[in-house]
Amino acid sequence: MDSLVNLIPLIVLLPLVGFLINGFVGLIVPSYRNQKGLIGSLATLAVFLPFIFAVLIFLNFDGSSEAVTYKLFTWIQAGSFSADFAYRIDQLSLMMVLVVTGVGALIHMYSIGYMHDDEGYWKYFAYLNLFIFAMLNLVMADNLLLLFLGWEGVGLCSYLLIGFWYGDMNKAIAAQKAFLYNRVGDFAFLLAMFLVFKAVGSLNYDVIFANLDAFPDHYVFWIGLLVLIGATGKSAQIPLFVWLPDAMAGPTAVSALIHAATMVTSGIYLITRLSPMYVMSPELMLIVAVVGALTAIIAASIAITQYDIKKVLAYSTVSQLGFMFLALGSGGFIAAMFHVMTHAFFKACLFLGSGSVIHAMHHVEHKLHDDGKDAHFNPQDMRFMGGLRKHMPSTYKTFLIATIAIAGIPPLAGFFSKDEILVMTFNASTVMYGPVYIGLWAIAALTAFMTAFYMFRLTFSTFHGEFRLPKLIKGAEDSEKYLHESPSSMTIPLWTLAGLSIVGGFIGIPNFVVATFTGTYADVNLLHNWLGIIAADYELVLSKPVEWALLLGSVAIAAFGVFLAHLMYNVGNLEASDAKVEAKTGAFYPIWKEKYRLDEIYEGSVVEPTVRFSDKFLAVFDMRVIDGIVNAVAAIVRLLGSLLRYIQTGLVQSYAFALVFGVILVIYLLIFS
Amino acid sequence: MELLLHIVILLPLVGALTLIFFNNEHIIKVFSLVLTTATFVLSLPLLLNFIPGEVNYLSVYGPMVPGIDVKYIVGLDGLSMLLFMLTTFFGPIVVLSGWSYIKDHIRGFYAMVMILQTGSLGVFATLDLFMFYIFFELTQIPMLFLIGIWGGENRIYATVKFFIYTLVGWLLMLVALIYVGTAAGNMLNDGVFTTDWRILTSPEFKLGLVEQTWLFVTFGFAFCIKIPIMPFHSWLPLAHTEAPTPGSVILAAISLKMGTYAVIRYLLPLFPNAAISFAPAIAILGVIGIIYGALVAMVQKDVKKLVAYSSISHMGFIVLGMFAYNTIAMQGAIIQMVNHGLATGALFLIIGMLYERRHTRAISDFGGLSSVVPVMAVMFMIATLASIGLPGLNGFVGEFLILLGSFNSEVLNSYWYVVFAATGVILAAVYMLWMFRRVMFGPVTHEENKNMKDLNFREIALLTPIMIFIVWIGIRPGDFLQYSEVQVEQYLQDQLDKAAEITAEAHYQELPGWASRFYDITPQVVEKINE
Repeated sequence: MDSLVNLIPLIVLLPLVGFLINGFVGLIVPSYRNQKGLIGSLATLAVFLPFIFAVLIFLNFDGSSEAVTYKLFTWIQAGSFSADFAYRIDQLSLMMVLVVTGVGALIHMYSIGYMHDDEGYWKYFAYLNLFIFAMLNLVMADNLLLLFLGWEGVGLCSYLLIGFWYGDMNKAIAAQKAFLYNRVGDFAFLLAMFLVFKAVGSLNYDVIFANLDAFPDHYVFWIGLLVLIGATGKSAQIPLFVWLPDAMAGPTAVSALIHAATMVTSGIYLITRLSPMYVMSPELMLIVAVVGALTAIIAASIAITQYDIKKVLAYSTVSQLGFMFLALGSGGFIAAMFHVMTHAFFKACLFLGSGSVIHAMHHVEHKLHDDGKDAHFNPQDMRFMGGLRKHMPSTYKTFLIATIAIAGIPPLAGFFSKDEILVMTFNASTVMYGPVYIGLWAIAALTAFMTAFYMFRLTFSTFHGEFRLPKLIKGAEDSEKYLHESPSSMTIPLWTLAGLSIVGGFIGIPNFVVATFTGTYADVNLLHNWLGIIAADYELVLSKPVEWALLLGSVAIAAFGVFLAHLMYNVGNLEASDAKVEAKTGAFYPIWKEKYRLDEIYEGSVVEPTVRFSDKFLAVFDMRVIDGIVNAVAAIVRLLGSLLRYIQTGLVQSYAFALVFGVILVIYLLIFS
Repeated sequence: MELLLHIVILLPLVGALTLIFFNNEHIIKVFSLVLTTATFVLSLPLLLNFIPGEVNYLSVYGPMVPGIDVKYIVGLDGLSMLLFMLTTFFGPIVVLSGWSYIKDHIRGFYAMVMILQTGSLGVFATLDLFMFYIFFELTQIPMLFLIGIWGGENRIYATVKFFIYTLVGWLLMLVALIYVGTAAGNMLNDGVFTTDWRILTSPEFKLGLVEQTWLFVTFGFAFCIKIPIMPFHSWLPLAHTEAPTPGSVILAAISLKMGTYAVIRYLLPLFPNAAISFAPAIAILGVIGIIYGALVAMVQKDVKKLVAYSSISHMGFIVLGMFAYNTIAMQGAIIQMVNHGLATGALFLIIGMLYERRHTRAISDFGGLSSVVPVMAVMFMIATLASIGLPGLNGFVGEFLILLGSFNSEVLNSYWYVVFAATGVILAAVYMLWMFRRVMFGPVTHEENKNMKDLNFREIALLTPIMIFIVWIGIRPGDFLQYSEVQVEQYLQDQLDKAAEITAEAHYQELPGWASRFYDITPQVVEKINE
């Protein structure tokens, strides 16, 4: 391990080097921009090598290893405050590094093909490398301030990549929205850091955890709450999640990497990191759990009504992140991290799959234009799809695998992690606020059903049945012949991620399942052994029958969701079935379709009034009142001065006059005081 | 080294006078560039040989005027070193920024810029209050001409407002200054008027509480106007907007810092009791300035005005940091002065480049420029991000330290300052990114913008050094914070000690009622101290 310590800075810095080379050379030397092979492979290597290094470290690390810290240099130091550029490898950060660089490398590779015809190719890879650098800072920082550097850094990259096609103003607006909503969260995070510093005089993790007793109770609550608000920004939870669906304006590979697999999970990482503090306040835990559960069901309900395949996936991401927060708030920190990992696999796979589909639909549109046909349609709208499995077998199969995984069907990855979340939520009811947690568990179970339902709705509508475009769009009658599978640089990452979606869950097999068959005790949950040293999980106290009941229940729920989706969208017709759902759910459906009108509410209650107040009142007040008073004072002086106009004119004289006046005043003061 | 300091301060002035002998416009420009560059290069040894914690390169000449003990005292310490360097650093940049922008009266223009340079360097280097005043006036007059002659359409109005407003404050201050000098003379200099900073800040020089109050208000008023602190800011948007690019850059990067620098150098140590008791009120003004400046900036339609209002917001942070009375916040305030100079300086430079190309500053006249002028877009983006305090760039270091220090401030003793001030972090992102989007993103909507030329070599050359420092300070702020660290700690402690001593010596019976209430000197407190 000793020699491997020197790999730590390389892991962080290689992506930065990639960014600097592609960014600077690309900006300065226009001819470099055409070296697409070089740019793409350089960028991919800058992420893949850190992945290899992380694996090397992983092989020399186990669940009981001590954390290793590598300090580059002191960052900010003033008075009693100090924070370093210091990177920490422990079980939690190593897990995140593996996910970030592993999935990151795959998505870099996918992008080589996906972005090939884009003129901003060099810029795209520069940003993507910068993102990995920032994300690694976030997860490897050994103090909260450096984490914050990564935290805002990933926000910046997200901004740059959502607005990658900035020529379209709507995309630029989406980028700005993402940054600003995150800033609201960051504001809270800053305050949390100030409180931590006030309590223990440092932002270093080791110092914080060594002095947990030094935190007064209300500090713990407020720090936890403020960190949670920060996390609701970055990880798209109530009330700040509205930026994430809009973030789908960016390239699809970006959505997979940043807005599904890595950045949006940083809030979960952070709360897990601070879990010893969170468990000190049951009220805090409850708030986290409630935020998570509500987000999960609200986002799932919106997902049911969407037609844009990326939007469905976006709301699904928000919903799954909600599951993770529910786990956090139920003392299932390991379960949350487990779901972070499995979600990274299947959701990245789904997003890349949707990218492959969109790629194909775009291709169809281009070909139709080449044929001189004036056919326009939204290539992301699933109403124009259907039957794609015949033409895109790899995309279809991988997409289906990932869908089964997210739906929670055993033995795929999502089943294990989601089941553990449901178990931990139920388990939390034995600790405190029992009835509330039972209620949250019910919400989660309902959401799990909805998840299976809307995900299979998406898969069936996209890949099964007939290709609907020719019937719906004039001029697209024989467009089906243009459908084709994506190149292997795109399908290889798809298959890799699909494979991980199948086997990824086996690191977290519940002990009781094995114990039931082999005897009284089993120790097969690798993830618990790995993270147990860091995560302050609630103890699992449920009896074996209860655990079995919960497990079988969650399988039944998922299966029912899949079955219903099959009846309605595989056998039935997409829009007709949606109409049926609408009829059944009554007044709720329009609310879901309108996305609870949150954007409009924020716009109307905060944004619009602030801008109007500033524009119509403050700016006018500034000109009329504040400057007006100054002018009024000047006018009075001028009036007095006009009496002296006959003997004095101009500036210099008034200067002299003031001087004389001043001297008189001084003499007066010297004499009389 | 002492000699070198004199040379650096006076070289620009000598250069300005030498310009009389030149007629060729090109030679004038090149000469000015060489001279300001030489000034910067010569100032580097001053930085490299600097020893923190003491006054370096101190030299004293005088008295300059018979009968009163006003001396030419110059030296650099932790409070002034960085601002001194910032001034020499911006010299060549300012000269280059006017290269093609200024077309009339070129000789006069460069003469004014260089006189201003000497004045600014003197302001930061002098350790005599009266000389500070003189040097300050030496910066005002060239600035008056810069705006009045080379400014925009509304330049005369802007000039008059800028000049008179500042002058009123500073003339009142002159009165107070004479009082301070006389008092110091009577107390410590055998009755001879003195404004030597070392005497004024010595533990023996103690002003009574009533005197401190009105002196603080008078000095404070002058500095409030210069910084500016809301509600004394209304000259600033006008002056910034009407000034030519080099003028705006000097105003933003150097001139505004004179106000905050004067607060640290003179206001706090001279009147410690008043400063501590007024601290909450001024911090509140600072916080109001942060939010107010940001909100008004947000709705501006003129991009230059937007940046001007953003200055009010940024200076609010510095004000908050100065009055928090701890090392962390004060260090933040000092580095933030440099940061604001760099980031806002860069923004004004870029806006100037836009103006040169399109002769408009209205946000709505731009749009989609990123695709037309990519290099400018990158520079603009970096300056914008520095301005909104992105970690890794310089602005964050200052803002973070200011907020962290203020949060732990015993003098302010409330979280609310920081809670409200930190909303500035959100608002800054709102107005800057909104502006950036409207200028740089979206489709190119105006025909005239389609063929806009990207930055030329000169423009890249003058922006690049600023960008380097924006990143350098962001990543290794210690390289810069080290100059003031030791001194600030000591200096704040000295003030608190001095204030406590003066309080202990105050006679409750002799104080007017308002003063004993304001300074919290009741019989009980006095009794407690006496015990």
